[in-house]
Amino acid sequence: MISVMMPALGTGGVNPWLAAAMISGVAITSTIGEVCTAAAMKSIGDLDEIRARSGLKGAIVAVLTCPMFFIGVGFLALAFFALLLALNHLSLSLTGPASASLTLVTNAIAAKIFLKENVDRRRWTAAVLVCIGVYLLAH
Amino acid sequence: MGICAPLGDSFLARGMKQLPAISLDHPLALIAAVFHPWIAAGIAMLICFFACYLTALSWADLTYVLPTTAFGYVIIALLGKFWLNEQISAYRWAGILLITIGVGFVSQGPSLTEQPEKDRAEAVEVQS
Repeated sequence: MISVMMPALGTGGVNPWLAAAMISGVAITSTIGEVCTAAAMKSIGDLDEIRARSGLKGAIVAVLTCPMFFIGVGFLALAFFALLLALNHLSLSLTGPASASLTLVTNAIAAKIFLKENVDRRRWTAAVLVCIGVYLLAH
Repeated sequence: MGICAPLGDSFLARGMKQLPAISLDHPLALIAAVFHPWIAAGIAMLICFFACYLTALSWADLTYVLPTTAFGYVIIALLGKFWLNEQISAYRWAGILLITIGVGFVSQGPSLTEQPEKDRAEAVEVQS
């Protein structure tokens, strides 16, 4: 079914499974980056409070001395290059909305599992609405 | 966040289009591109976005912040309509409406999951 639909979605002659793998690669690296960055910021604490206590310099030092922050930024950089690779082979109208939508869903799952966030019905509904909205914006 | 990210992307796109094509054989041209006024403005806006994003993540859940950043797509579409006089199709208006409803939906709920102190201490321990 996917192999029948994917050429119509703009894989530009690329094997549909390879296209799916490239878009999944963007979503996975992006999700790891977002989750690590969020975990780093939670471990640091409220930046507004740190800035009020120690100034802007103190807030910057607090962020730059957290190893998890650099792991997150590293994966976000990987996601950026994975997106460039995908854009090199696939059309923007497929890659943009597909990776953005998939990333929203994988982030919700990862946040629930690894960050123990309360992803209730309200947040799932919002994630799905935004996914469909991003898809429609690309058309 | 919703304003800085789309403006930053727009400035970068405008700056890169004003430059001649950059070949991978001459990577130093990319460094020179950073000093182009539009590209420098774009980078400044994206740094603002990242600072706001990190600050938001320090007091709110990832699943609360991320849908909110999608509001940038709406700003881009509205900038295109009212600033560049682009046509927006019915599909795009529907997309704008859905994203707005989604962001409004998530913003009605609590921004942070309250976790027991023990779980939080364990989570910080694992991270460090």
